[in-house]
Amino acid sequence: METKNIMIVGVGGQGSLLASKLLGRLLLDAGYDVKVSEVHGMSQRGGSVVTYVRYGDRVFSPVIDKGEADYIVSFELLEAARWMEYLKPDGQIVTNIQQIDPMPVITGAAEYPADLVQKIKDAGVKVDALDCLKLAEEAGSAKAVNIVLMGRLSHYFDLPREAWMAALKAQVPAKFLEMNEKAFALGENA
Amino acid sequence: MKELMLGNKAFARGLYEAGCCFVSSYPGTPSTEITEEAVKYDEIYCEWAPNEKVAMEAAFGACLAGKRSFCGMKHVGLNVAADPLYTMSYTGVNAGVVIGVADDPGMHSSQNEQDSRHHAIASKVPLLEPSDSAESLEFVKLAYSLSEEFDTPVIVKMCTRVAHSQSVVECGDRITPPAKPYEKNIPKYVMMPGNAIKRHPFVEERTRKLAQWAETAAINRVEKGGSQLGIITSSTCYQYVKEVFGDKVSVLKLGMVNPLPEKLIRDFAASVDRLVVVEELDPIIEAHCRALGLKVEGKELFPMEGEFSQNLLRRVMGVELPAGKAAEENIPGRPPVMCAGCPHRGLFYTLSKNKCTVLGDIGCYTLGAVPPLSAIEMTLCMGASLSAIHGFNIAGEGANEKKTVAVIGDSTFMHSGMTGLANIAYNQSNSTVIILDNSITGMTGHQQNPTTGYNIKGDPAGKIDLEALCKAMGFERVRVVDPYDLKQCDEVLKEELAAEAPSVIISHRPCALLKYVKHNAPLTVNREKCIGCKSCMRIGCPAISIKEGKAHIDNTLCVGCSVCSQLCPVGAFEGGAN
Repeated sequence: METKNIMIVGVGGQGSLLASKLLGRLLLDAGYDVKVSEVHGMSQRGGSVVTYVRYGDRVFSPVIDKGEADYIVSFELLEAARWMEYLKPDGQIVTNIQQIDPMPVITGAAEYPADLVQKIKDAGVKVDALDCLKLAEEAGSAKAVNIVLMGRLSHYFDLPREAWMAALKAQVPAKFLEMNEKAFALGENA
Repeated sequence: MKELMLGNKAFARGLYEAGCCFVSSYPGTPSTEITEEAVKYDEIYCEWAPNEKVAMEAAFGACLAGKRSFCGMKHVGLNVAADPLYTMSYTGVNAGVVIGVADDPGMHSSQNEQDSRHHAIASKVPLLEPSDSAESLEFVKLAYSLSEEFDTPVIVKMCTRVAHSQSVVECGDRITPPAKPYEKNIPKYVMMPGNAIKRHPFVEERTRKLAQWAETAAINRVEKGGSQLGIITSSTCYQYVKEVFGDKVSVLKLGMVNPLPEKLIRDFAASVDRLVVVEELDPIIEAHCRALGLKVEGKELFPMEGEFSQNLLRRVMGVELPAGKAAEENIPGRPPVMCAGCPHRGLFYTLSKNKCTVLGDIGCYTLGAVPPLSAIEMTLCMGASLSAIHGFNIAGEGANEKKTVAVIGDSTFMHSGMTGLANIAYNQSNSTVIILDNSITGMTGHQQNPTTGYNIKGDPAGKIDLEALCKAMGFERVRVVDPYDLKQCDEVLKEELAAEAPSVIISHRPCALLKYVKHNAPLTVNREKCIGCKSCMRIGCPAISIKEGKAHIDNTLCVGCSVCSQLCPVGAFEGGAN
């Protein structure tokens, strides 16, 4: 099988590492070769961050390049737009509609673009946009945005629900499992 | 069992399986997790050293005592440890010593992108370069065997994409290496001229033997493909080559880059029509090929700067690029910023307001250079702020000292700041030094250091008192301020700049991200009171923005530090500490 590519993008500190761990575990258990590439250090401090998840029969490069991503999972709307050129022509974006102002917007040097979801659609990109923060809060914690997104992403994968649940169970502490299962279901059914 | 493992974690697993007993490191992205993972094995003693030189010398001492040892650092850390490295090459080892060095091509979190392989060549120390997690684990084990067989420290060089990528590994068991009791051996271990002169020929002979070993080593392998194009590569570049070309071209994959084999490379070159070297940063393998008189292409095709990727390779080698989507236009950048509640913010605001010339250092606080604070005007390397302010003030002949400060973090001060401070105290420049004491090594993800009172496991440890230390070094003027208190910061700064003597200001407030730090409730903005003057925007807090002409606080980010409310002329911020 040709290598498949998932990019997880967001703002440093939003919890994308857990999402990549969950996907890594899920895909490894499904029998694929997997590589995950993370960002640590300075860019984590509120900057734009990206994690690459690649899987297939044999994965070589740990990174995903422009035009290669099958999926972009975005924790923040502006970041979905920023990384859009990494998507394949028929790729799919799954994004949280939450907006976090970057410093140039905060200082007034730039404006947060309006109507981004529509603009992405107008560019001919398949985009699935949902309010993950609201759903995460409904599940019991604003921190569960990542799991809401994973629930939504599961739609696009040909993997049994039990496999996702097993990967989730392996990656979150037992006391938060129920809340995360709820977050996953809310994303899945949104 | 197959496991998905970070390169640095696999490296630590390699230390464990090889029977390593002693680890001393200084944190630095992208090397930090090697040591953070190693400490999880009870069998390995681990510590954070004050700097890389200390770490390497401690590892040397441990090897003398008969224990396989390790020290880890980032590329620029190896500059600090270069002194012991170049002479440990002469002494060799007792039990094996592995040095982990992580380069950062693309400078994700570094001040330069130097190529560590130069240090290996110059110090005549063998260097292995893994290309994924499985190799990281295996190469570390091999490195210990080579270290003991050839009587040399061995460098295992990581890079960001190997260190911070997860790939599949299979773990093995820990071995017990052969006992190596310490034996007095003055000719081998005392490097004074008479002894060192005799050790140098040993070093040269060792390199010849290692080059011979490299000819047939399994980690230097030929993967036969077509004969039209042959690529010599190593590290993460191997992955890009395979990604683009698969089995279509012949590849010489080098696991050991110093010393390089001669016959293996000559034979490979002879087997292909066109020879290309694919390596990030400097032309090390390429230069070797040229020295052998081979016709080779390398840096005339590929850049010296930045990271490579599969698309870069495609572009350079004339392979079709994947069709992508056009980027959205006008996407504002999202540079890293100081966190909401960061104790550095109030201090930098004070420096900016007083129009100080700020000589900076390495850490989270380097972000004091970005808008809107734009306070820091110089950052060079660990500790340089304190040495440079001395030169700046002396050479300024009185013109600079009333408005110039040096800022340095607590961990960076322990690493390389004390010698610069000693110079100020000794040669008496009228310098004002600010130690940004946030009680942790912040940028690399919260490592303990000699000022925090805790060791790498979080257990109570020796604690260096910064105030007492500065006084003992001869500073009569040592002040402590709370960077959340803007008025106090402003007053003390003005007094110390005006003073006719060198002084130290310790800006003390633990990092807002530390688990034990209790946060206040988020502030709120009284929209009736807010006049939209944007005074609060001058501190560049990510929690504050302007919504419909008035200040707005993001209550998921705000930790109630109240620095913003001290700037508000109308008292529109409510809640918080004040």
